[in-house]
Amino acid sequence: MTSRPTLHTSLHNRVALLMALAVAVAAMALPFLGFAPNRLLSGRPVSLWAAVQGLDGVAALIPGLVLLATPFLRQTRIWLGLTIAAGGLFAAGLAWLAGAHAATLAQGASAAARTSFASGFWVMAAAGLLTAVDAARRLGLGAVGRMTAGGAVAGLVALQLASGHLDALSILKEYANRREVFADAVLRHATLVAAALVPTLLVGVPLGIAAHRVQAVGRAVFPLLNVVQTVPSIALFGLLMAPLAALGAMLPGSGISGVGPLPAVIALTLYSLLPIVRNTAVGLDGVPAPVREAARGMGLTPRQIFLRVDLPLALPVFLSGLRITVVQAVGLAAVAALIGAGGLGAIMFQGLFANALDLVLLGAVPVILLAVAADALLSIGIAAATHRVGVLPGRSAP
Amino acid sequence: MIDFERVTKRFGSWTAVDTVSFTVAEGEFRVLIGPSGSGKSTVLRMINRLIPADEGTIRIDGEDIAALKPEALRRRMGYVIQSVGLFPHWTVERNIATVPGLLGWPKARIRDRVTELLELLNLDPRRYRGAFPHQLSGGQQQRVGVARALAAEPRILLMDEPFSALDPITRTSLQTELSAIHHRTGTTVVFVTHDMDEALRLGDSIAVMDHGRLIQCATPLEILTRPASPLVRDLVGREEWGLKRLAVETVGDRARRQESVTGEPLAAETPLHRALSEMVARGTERLPVVDGDGRPAGVLHLSDLVRPVPGGTASGGTA
Repeated sequence: MTSRPTLHTSLHNRVALLMALAVAVAAMALPFLGFAPNRLLSGRPVSLWAAVQGLDGVAALIPGLVLLATPFLRQTRIWLGLTIAAGGLFAAGLAWLAGAHAATLAQGASAAARTSFASGFWVMAAAGLLTAVDAARRLGLGAVGRMTAGGAVAGLVALQLASGHLDALSILKEYANRREVFADAVLRHATLVAAALVPTLLVGVPLGIAAHRVQAVGRAVFPLLNVVQTVPSIALFGLLMAPLAALGAMLPGSGISGVGPLPAVIALTLYSLLPIVRNTAVGLDGVPAPVREAARGMGLTPRQIFLRVDLPLALPVFLSGLRITVVQAVGLAAVAALIGAGGLGAIMFQGLFANALDLVLLGAVPVILLAVAADALLSIGIAAATHRVGVLPGRSAP
Repeated sequence: MIDFERVTKRFGSWTAVDTVSFTVAEGEFRVLIGPSGSGKSTVLRMINRLIPADEGTIRIDGEDIAALKPEALRRRMGYVIQSVGLFPHWTVERNIATVPGLLGWPKARIRDRVTELLELLNLDPRRYRGAFPHQLSGGQQQRVGVARALAAEPRILLMDEPFSALDPITRTSLQTELSAIHHRTGTTVVFVTHDMDEALRLGDSIAVMDHGRLIQCATPLEILTRPASPLVRDLVGREEWGLKRLAVETVGDRARRQESVTGEPLAAETPLHRALSEMVARGTERLPVVDGDGRPAGVLHLSDLVRPVPGGTASGGTA
């Protein structure tokens, strides 16, 4: 080992090294953008170097140098902070470069010409963001800090979107063609998730409490919900079509049918139940028996024990169940478009069937953003609830 | 104050408590002792109706507790358990304030009471009032547990092996503090333990239980000198019987009041076995004694330690 001391001492972050290699390879060998005369033809590749124009273009890539240096520098708090900033700025800068070059390409091309993100963009942007996420973890950044950093990156991209800087990119041209459909789709998507959450919580929380109190309930309910989870989503949507169509035929004028939002909400509810029921029960199971015993012995009523002891102590586990549920439902709601429930999935499938990749992205990216936003918000809630409970791991008595 | 009249409790076919009758007097420190499964914890938990009695009557101040609302009954008593059971999401202050809060005490009175109790249990209020239970050591947690039980000035304190999980040093200091609190407040204490040394040390009277039955209820001295059954004798232990016998009396009990001698004095409340140990350590047969205010209170002679037992000063209940 003594023969290679330099390598050993100079490598400080293996994750960052992997990401730096990905950035380097993508910059050298992968197309940054694709330029096609219209949206059906496959485009010719445009390298990163061809897309960099002028000093401001070079400046946009400077954060990339930080990413390339990170693996070899001591991971001090200051440097980790700088790495987080560099990862975010790099991803935002790549978007800026893509927008600028798309605008250049659009000059002197037909209106049907399309400039799309290509593999190099995705690999580099992902590597930049992952390096930032890894650095945030090493820094021990809390939920609020992580959300602030993520919000800053999102803000930089949103600024470019709002200013029209990215308008020449194909995904925004697809958006421009579907402005109203898109807004409706986002709203519909969120409505589907919310509509599924209401019955999930109304049924799931009492069921979880029952499963905690009566073992037999848990033994009956959990296998059933586990089976539901294993049914593929498309199959479940399909399974619900026949009975609901039959029900609709029996009750004409009720508006019930085998397709549309109703089967989608039912299926989403069925999927959402397991994490809610399980985490409600597990959260309550985790309340220490002596704490309940002491509460009873001091003369708290059963209601007071539930509200003052069980509820706050089970809250963090319950909230992580809610987080799983919401993130899962946001994703599954996209599939629900297949049975005519609408939402962002409808745009995705439209793009898939038309072989228009940017249209797929126009549906998929907001789904991801919705899921990430829900995840981040609930993470903050969990962190707050856990802090109140005061049982964060790694703390010990003085 | 607490009256058990032919009380029985069964769990299925197993009789946990079998027609037990006893009385605990106002201000008495009653220890319940016995092997595990003897029913001592069940008896304790029947006093605050955490376990309902199947047969017989339990009265407090002459009032049948079956007629009372369990929550109201429990708020009148302090309850301390071995695993403490502090609310982990509440500060020390809020934990201690639980029962006064339930009883609707004014905020200022609760706050003063918390300060008073933290000081009583040797916890600096400035430092510990806002602390969370997970920031405390096991001994500190049980101090807060005792403070919480005493918060609403209960006339009865129920303790279920409260110090069994603590290290010997912490246990000894909490036993001393509990004794002092009992003497100062005059609270009636019912204390479950399986440790005879603890029972002899703390109890005004000791009730020995086995297989759900009350075997003997007597003063520590009687338990030592007139054990009612081989089980009681076994619980006391034969090997250090003499030392245990000494431990139930204090230096003040046997000091010769009129005499005086020079040397480092012993406090009058020191148990006699410690005095014997002191004599051996110092190589002397006489030790000066001082009272609680530090005034001379006579001399203890080695020969007085081995003189015949003068007979129990019975103050306990009857079996």
